[in-house]
Amino acid sequence: MAVGVRVLEHNAMVYRRTWHGSVLSSLLSPILFLAAMGIGLGGYVNRNGGAGALGGVPYIAFLAPGLLAAQAMQTAAFDTTYPIMGRIVWDKLYDAMLATPLTVRDLLVGELEWVVTRLTLVCGAFLVVMAAFGAVRSPLAILALPVAVLTGVAFAAPIMAFSATQKRDSNFNVLFRFGITPLFLLSGTFFPLDRLPAAIQPVAYLTPLYHGVALARELTLGSVDPAAAVAHVVVLLAFAAGGIALAGVALRRRLVV
Amino acid sequence: MAVPHAARDAVPFEADRVPPLIEARGLVKRFGTFTAVDSVDFEVAPGEAFGFLGPNGAGKTSTMRMIGCVSPLTDGYLRVLGLDPSTDGPRIRARLGVVPQADSLDMELTVRENLQIYGRYFDLSRREALRRAGELLEFVQLSERANDEVEPLSGGMKRRLVIARALINEPDLLLLDEPTTGLDPQARHLLWDRLYRLKQRGVTLVLTTHYMDEAEQLCDRLVVMDKAKIVAAGSPRELIERYSSREVAELRFAPGVQASLDGQLDGLADRVEWLPDRVLLYADDGEAAATAVHARGLRPESVLVRRSSLEDVFLRLTGRSLVD
Ligand SMILES: Nc1ncnc2c1ncn2[C@@H]1O[C@H](COP(=O)(O)OP(=O)(O)O)[C@@H](O)[C@H]1O
Ligand SMILES: [Mg+2]
Repeated sequence: MAVGVRVLEHNAMVYRRTWHGSVLSSLLSPILFLAAMGIGLGGYVNRNGGAGALGGVPYIAFLAPGLLAAQAMQTAAFDTTYPIMGRIVWDKLYDAMLATPLTVRDLLVGELEWVVTRLTLVCGAFLVVMAAFGAVRSPLAILALPVAVLTGVAFAAPIMAFSATQKRDSNFNVLFRFGITPLFLLSGTFFPLDRLPAAIQPVAYLTPLYHGVALARELTLGSVDPAAAVAHVVVLLAFAAGGIALAGVALRRRLVV
Repeated sequence: MAVPHAARDAVPFEADRVPPLIEARGLVKRFGTFTAVDSVDFEVAPGEAFGFLGPNGAGKTSTMRMIGCVSPLTDGYLRVLGLDPSTDGPRIRARLGVVPQADSLDMELTVRENLQIYGRYFDLSRREALRRAGELLEFVQLSERANDEVEPLSGGMKRRLVIARALINEPDLLLLDEPTTGLDPQARHLLWDRLYRLKQRGVTLVLTTHYMDEAEQLCDRLVVMDKAKIVAAGSPRELIERYSSREVAELRFAPGVQASLDGQLDGLADRVEWLPDRVLLYADDGEAAATAVHARGLRPESVLVRRSSLEDVFLRLTGRSLVD
């Protein structure tokens, strides 16, 4: 039996009962954002010469891939905080799973397989909405899907490691308020990074979201710099791989006592 | 059985001896510097109902988790189903049924789905998992609730569902950690009845409890655990015979009187145990002991004569009661 598939199956079984709401929100959220910020705010930006500053690209086409990557980050962060804590602490679901032939490896890999599934659905829906808004300007945009999924995993894995060390959910608030939200706002999602104060710019380069945003944007706009693209992928893979290693250690420490 | 290593080695090998399902020698579990299980020895034979009786904190759960191959041993020798938990964990767990102390049910799934998905963890086909789920719901009398959420079930129903879940892989060995703690008497009796049926079908049961009546009802053999150690081992009958008298007379005196009795009960019984709220006289004939108390002019407010129980054994061995 392939590693993790039973855990994946479990999560799919749970999802079967809630997918309607989740599909609706994964369509609604990009529609709202692109309508309000892409068309509403974007109209204003374009009229005032913003397109020039953005390299001649309408604001909505600049913004949409940024939102795509940010959506991947948020989905990943949410799915690997409260649900993981619930399964460790509240419902003791992992204890029940570990009493069967399943191992910690199955839990970790299965949860990640599930995160990848979810990200594919959510980001796929996002791309479809983007296309409908005319914010996709190159066939390379199809590659923005795996890039967005990888961006999600680059967050999911280390956050899972963090969640596995937490006794209560109180620090999740801190994570969202001081981690996820600032990244969402300051990683080049809404405006180019060179608008940030010079002191903060290097910090942004160190976070995975910046790389996800930049690469997704190059792909949907069809202006890829191969060397930069490789660098972006390497950074994302490093966060994912490091996170997976940490999560394995943290889960084992927590569950195998 | 708590057999010292030397004595064990002296026992000649018997070719027809059925190999034990569980064999533990010098089993130790430490959390940091704290020792939760301190070098315990025991064996469980196929078809047996074996119990760990002891108060909270005795180390029962820690022992069960090592047997269940979810908690690595700190030290000692352990074989479960003839295999080594440190190398064959998944293979052993495939043949175990586990009822953990905390229910750990899946609150996001229905009653039936809880069983189905658990069957899938054991690699049953979807069809087979569904078939067994139906059968087991029948067995634990939850068929009517099959499509309900788990949350609103009563404590007793949840416990029965956990037992059904533990049976989904048709285990050779069923581990039950405090199966009836916190349940009302009716729910407990229903559960005992189900466990008794399993035992009759030849399922080997290993359970922990701090209820002496549960241990007496269900266990062929048990060990008494206290403060990380096994303090006695045997059948309930043997333990009572060895450590207690046949009967007990429980005397309750008016407030303040007990403290002034000092010496006045001497010689009335094999042994006298002074508890904060009552005095226990251990004697073969409890009535006779009670009569002798009255003959000395003492007037307890109430006298209860009963058969000796495992509670008395525990009191004798540790000086404390099982449930505080
Ligand atoms: N994970 C743990 N970390 C530290 N101490 C523990 C842990 N699990 C159990 N203990 C301690 O070990 C002792 C025995 O616990 P346990 O095996 O649960 O006893 P029982 O099941 O008989 O009540 C208790 O004092 C408990 O606090
Ligand atoms: Mg316990």
